[in-house]
Amino acid sequence: MIKEDKVVTTTCPYCGVGCMLNLHIKENVVYKVTSPFDAPANKGNLCVKGRFGYDFIHAKDRLTQPLMRKNNELVPATWDEAMNHVAERLLEIRDKYGPDSIGFLVSAKCTNEENYLLQKIARGVIGTNNVDHCARL
Amino acid sequence: MTNSIADIHLADVLMITGSNTTEAHPVISLEMKKAVRQHGAKLILVDPREIELAEFATLHLRPRSGTDVALYNAMAHAILENAWANDEFIKTRTENFDAFKEAIKDCTPQWAEDITGIPSEMIVEAAHMYGQARSASIFWAMGITQSSHGVDNVQSLANLALLTGNFGRPGTGLNPLRGQNNVQGACDMGGLPNVITGYQAVTDEAVRTKFENAWGMSVKIPAKPGITVTELMQGVLDGRVKALYIMGENPMLSDPNTNHVAEALNEIEFLVSQDIFLNETGQMAHVVLPGVSFAEKEGTYTNTERRVQLVRPALPTHADAKLDLDIICDLGRRLTNSNGKTSDAVIHPVSDWNYKDASAVWDEIASLTPIVAGMSYQRLNPNGLQWPCPTADHPGTPILHKEKFTRGLGKFTPLVFREPAENPDEEYPFVLNTGRLLQHWHGGTLTRRSEGLDWVVPEGEIQINDEDAQEMNVSSGDLIRVTSRRGVVTGKAKLTSKLPRRMIFMTFHFVEVPANKLTGAAVDPIAKIPEYKVSAVKVERV
Repeated sequence: MIKEDKVVTTTCPYCGVGCMLNLHIKENVVYKVTSPFDAPANKGNLCVKGRFGYDFIHAKDRLTQPLMRKNNELVPATWDEAMNHVAERLLEIRDKYGPDSIGFLVSAKCTNEENYLLQKIARGVIGTNNVDHCARL
Repeated sequence: MTNSIADIHLADVLMITGSNTTEAHPVISLEMKKAVRQHGAKLILVDPREIELAEFATLHLRPRSGTDVALYNAMAHAILENAWANDEFIKTRTENFDAFKEAIKDCTPQWAEDITGIPSEMIVEAAHMYGQARSASIFWAMGITQSSHGVDNVQSLANLALLTGNFGRPGTGLNPLRGQNNVQGACDMGGLPNVITGYQAVTDEAVRTKFENAWGMSVKIPAKPGITVTELMQGVLDGRVKALYIMGENPMLSDPNTNHVAEALNEIEFLVSQDIFLNETGQMAHVVLPGVSFAEKEGTYTNTERRVQLVRPALPTHADAKLDLDIICDLGRRLTNSNGKTSDAVIHPVSDWNYKDASAVWDEIASLTPIVAGMSYQRLNPNGLQWPCPTADHPGTPILHKEKFTRGLGKFTPLVFREPAENPDEEYPFVLNTGRLLQHWHGGTLTRRSEGLDWVVPEGEIQINDEDAQEMNVSSGDLIRVTSRRGVVTGKAKLTSKLPRRMIFMTFHFVEVPANKLTGAAVDPIAKIPEYKVSAVKVERV
């Protein structure tokens, strides 16, 4: 019988209901997904996406390394190269055109912590309130 | 939601409007069905389409698209006319009632019938059902908000709840069903142009000073609110916006008027995409930064009932990708590092971008945000907490507005019905309505890579009323061309009797059949939300 290596309780990445998931992991693959009966939002229920929609985690076309545009083509780059370029360009543009020439789209799919820190960069480092996401879409 | 998922089944009457709950929020629809089947609740469904919930509805009102305010003003009129209102609640807990009453004095059910196409007797029956219930709750989603008068639509529903005192008790309230898993959290965390965390306004000097001091910054947070995503794209074309940093979003597929977005992103000086896939937006970027999926990260999401819940890592970080939190902190350090390669002298490196882990970031958020000040990772384990949760011993808040409203008294809003920005006409005689399917998600990035889901629904179809199709000699599977003032999309027709005559329904899950090439740029003047549910189109057989 196949048995999972571990079961990790987490929160579904699809809609706003916030269903609690148990990810059954074997050899670093999500083998199956269940839900605990005492989950506050979903009482063990899941929809077809929440139960079966996880192949994307292991998709072959996941991004594996940073890319930079060179000669109008996206080519692999090191993290150091890519991050330095982002920081330099953002500061250059800010100095040349002012903070409000830069906009940040945070994400309704990312965590609270990630969203908080990205808007902190916008407001606290760049100095712009141009922060939004797809809440309306 | 003012209320909780757990108290949905306690409502005597549910009014569901502009939400195809069984497809877009399937697990919440189970609670709604339970309310009807096991507890005998009555369901008022307001939707032009005959969606699955129609089978459970006591009343199904099918308005002409975009006429919501007329319908709800008329229901309010009938509630007052027949003395079904809660006078005690109006007297003690609300304000501006007289102005509201004056504004709707001519909004009779007959007046609304002429506008909405719903028989006046059904409007009165709905008003009776909602007005006389012991507890009645209202649910809505994008069918209410994605409108050039979306704020009016929501306020017209709020007026009904105020009129009948349906607040602060189980099975009552105003319950918007939020779309994305963490759209509530992204709003709560200051991911909006006008507010920092917990809806603290950037226009408030005390708020700005608090954050400036806590963050140890020398740049000032501007007192003027920023601009929204739709305005940012326009800003690029106007030359005011030169750079965009986009994390985990794909505006090329989700924003209105795709051609316009493509034009903007083509022209932009610098575009960064932080994502797990090279999506349509990333393909246009100057730098693409690989983040990780939810299964690899630690953090929190906040659901539609304001419950902050833990996200726990189950898998190692994929290849040479990085945790999104680490990417942002790395950027923060580089931007504020005085030894950096830029000549910039304005920024001083005072802010600390070295967090121990996600829980340390959360603790900073809690220290600056009264509505979640009492939450820690320790307390969020295992079941999360609903905000407001202001202190470490506060149990969280399943139901809002119990004894009083956040603003004190509940305010009635006098509303005048306005037509949608673009109604069908002779040249474009059909209404295009857009939405979601159960098996797919948003731009399809996640679900179309999931074999089982893609097998069930492999391609995007254009739904059309069967009688309209027969008149055009179109059968299911035939190619049809849909044209609006902004673009053209061709796809396979799917005939259905569930749509009203002269309505086309499309999703935005499929890049090959992109509904948002057709939708317009009209937005609500306050919320800036695009009008996705009403666009005028023409339909031809290819």
